[in-house]
Amino acid sequence: MDLNYSKEELAFRDEVRGWLKENLPADLRDKVAGHKELGREDLLRWHRILAKKGWVAPAWPKEWGGPGWNIVQRFLFEEECGYAGTPPLIPFGLTMCAPVLMHFGTEEQKKKFLPPIYNGDVFWCQGYSEPGSGSDLASLKTKAVREGDHYIVNGQKIWTTLGHFADWIFCLVRTDSGVAKRQDGISFLLIDMKTPGITVRPLILMDGGHEVNEVFFDNVKVPVENLVFEEGKGWTVAKYLLGFERLNTGRVGASKRELANLKAFAAKQMNNGKPLLEDPRFRDKLSRVEVELMALEITNLRFLDTMRRTKQPPGADVSMLKIKGTEIQQSLTELAMQAVGPLAQPFKPTNGSSDFDDYTAGLAPRYCNYRKTTIYAGSNEIQRNIIAKMTLGL
Amino acid sequence: MNFDQTEEQQLLGDSLRKFLARDYDFERRKKIVASATGWSEPVWATFAEMGLTSLPFATDLGGFGGGAVDMMGVMEAIGEAMVVEPYLPTVGLAGRLVERTGSEAQKKAMIPDVIAGRTRLAFAHIEREARYNAAQVATKAKKAGTGWTLHGEKCVALGAAAASHLVVSARTAGKPANAAGISLFLVEREAPGVVLKEYRTLDEQRAADVLLDGVKVGAGALLGDEGHGYDAIEEALDFATALLCSEAVGAMKSANDATLEYLKTRKQFGVPIGTFQALQHRMVDMFVALEQSRSMACLAASKADGATSQSDRMRSISAAKIRIADACRLVSQEAVQLHGGMGMTEELKVSHTFRRLTMIAQQFGDADHHLERFAALG
Repeated sequence: MDLNYSKEELAFRDEVRGWLKENLPADLRDKVAGHKELGREDLLRWHRILAKKGWVAPAWPKEWGGPGWNIVQRFLFEEECGYAGTPPLIPFGLTMCAPVLMHFGTEEQKKKFLPPIYNGDVFWCQGYSEPGSGSDLASLKTKAVREGDHYIVNGQKIWTTLGHFADWIFCLVRTDSGVAKRQDGISFLLIDMKTPGITVRPLILMDGGHEVNEVFFDNVKVPVENLVFEEGKGWTVAKYLLGFERLNTGRVGASKRELANLKAFAAKQMNNGKPLLEDPRFRDKLSRVEVELMALEITNLRFLDTMRRTKQPPGADVSMLKIKGTEIQQSLTELAMQAVGPLAQPFKPTNGSSDFDDYTAGLAPRYCNYRKTTIYAGSNEIQRNIIAKMTLGL
Repeated sequence: MNFDQTEEQQLLGDSLRKFLARDYDFERRKKIVASATGWSEPVWATFAEMGLTSLPFATDLGGFGGGAVDMMGVMEAIGEAMVVEPYLPTVGLAGRLVERTGSEAQKKAMIPDVIAGRTRLAFAHIEREARYNAAQVATKAKKAGTGWTLHGEKCVALGAAAASHLVVSARTAGKPANAAGISLFLVEREAPGVVLKEYRTLDEQRAADVLLDGVKVGAGALLGDEGHGYDAIEEALDFATALLCSEAVGAMKSANDATLEYLKTRKQFGVPIGTFQALQHRMVDMFVALEQSRSMACLAASKADGATSQSDRMRSISAAKIRIADACRLVSQEAVQLHGGMGMTEELKVSHTFRRLTMIAQQFGDADHHLERFAALG
């Protein structure tokens, strides 16, 4: 065991760093640095730049375009993207739908869907939660009834992140409501968002931002070839996907960037004639978050290393990455808001224009926005339930 | 960067764990703690036979030539069984100082005996006013002929009574808090003027306050260069802290295992108390704290063996100790709480693990001390 980087790893890091410096468009970098809302074209533009370079899907197998990186290289890449302040890669296609299709999909489904995901030609979103099915996902009611070569879908999804940008949605739907075990009647469907009968309604969050939506399905016709795996086996697919989702919620690279920004800001922000960073009360809080992040970084690598050795998808204890990663993200946004003191008060909708300092004005809305992280993708309480049951056997 | 464990590393931890499971159960340990010396010579002899006392020492001295990473499994097993024999004080701390600062003659005189299990060493360093400041040394060494005379008082020297020799820090120049001017001396425990006040620690180990009342030592007692002992002290304390981090992981694992077992078997209101969500979530937080600590123990050991710079080493090891000190408090407190009244009693191992974890959190610097050092390094 050696947690220092080798010469080859450092050379790889420098190559990535140099390339990002050359290829990250300045306008995108500025938007990310100022915590501005990124539009569909912003997100896809960056996706396509990486796809052209062959770096957009580090975890994919080579046959579908993956770069063949080992876990350390993948980790270094994520970290460098974090430092450079690149737009995020939208996970719904790349790290959620794609691994599912690679594992459960038919050859036709793989050929049809994987290349457009890779190239950034198609924007995906996720249709899991429903108004009555939050943490209790298996209670979902959106119905799909088989009629000849089609399913007819009726119902409603909620919290559909970036659904207003999406071309396609992968959905959990109920194909059988007569089964004894609720999980058995669920299927995994891929649905074209342009299909008649689909309506997207925005839900504006307390920071003023539009990222989540409600999606309504009114007699939506979906061809049966868009069923992934077997009818009634959607829960198996969903669980497989959730493991990957949780593996990505740690967001170590992005948190490292936030931490670096916060430190730089707190070193300049004066407090009673001294930099805020030297205030022991502030600094100790910041250091504890940094230490927790260092630990998470290594824990994350240990998970990837275990997956590499066992060739198994992530186990239930991957939930801890979600718990710790989101707690850290929230602490950082809270400390950043605290760091600007009274200047946190002026409110500026993320899309509006104002005379306020861009950096300070974005912090309080961001603090508000990040309260979502311990709620989404299975609330942190649900994650604890999962570890208690699956890992600890309680 | 890699997390691979060599076969040898795995074997070392596994064989010690097997030995401890067989010959060092909770009852056996209790007897050792209650004995006059508070440690067991036969157990120590077995450690030597297994090669544990040779691990970090150079091969030309008869050692295994290993580092902190090689010792992780061993330290974890020691933590799990809460071994009270002075392994860390001898092998991880005082032995390290002798090997790092001693002349060929000094090393040859001490290290092979340590490896063979014939002798033990202890580091007499902490002083009453020092808290965790390693430079706070008021004990004085005055030139006397070709040798020195030592005056001062040391406290909480772990394993001192079991040791044949003490490594003593003393000031040959400068003021009490200066890093410069500190020298290291190898002092026979039986030397005239060395007075030990031995006691049991809260966590059932043995330590002593050491009075140095005009102790005369020869020229051959000085370890390293006069006045330049500080860097070696800091390095040895970092090395020992890295080992302690792995020991903490073992002790926390023991507390977690016992608590989980208790949640599954203890019934109230007609059901195992582990079915209550309020308790499940607390158990999960203990589990997560342990895994985060394990990650930091990996970092500490790796950086003790080879860091990109001195400040990289210090900063990483401080980060590990902060995280692990916090985890020690959480895990120990929750383990007792979830055991209810029984967790308070001497009868259950968990109350002993509580005490060990409580002391580990403060050994070689508590979280506040390491937060200060961590922040100062950027």
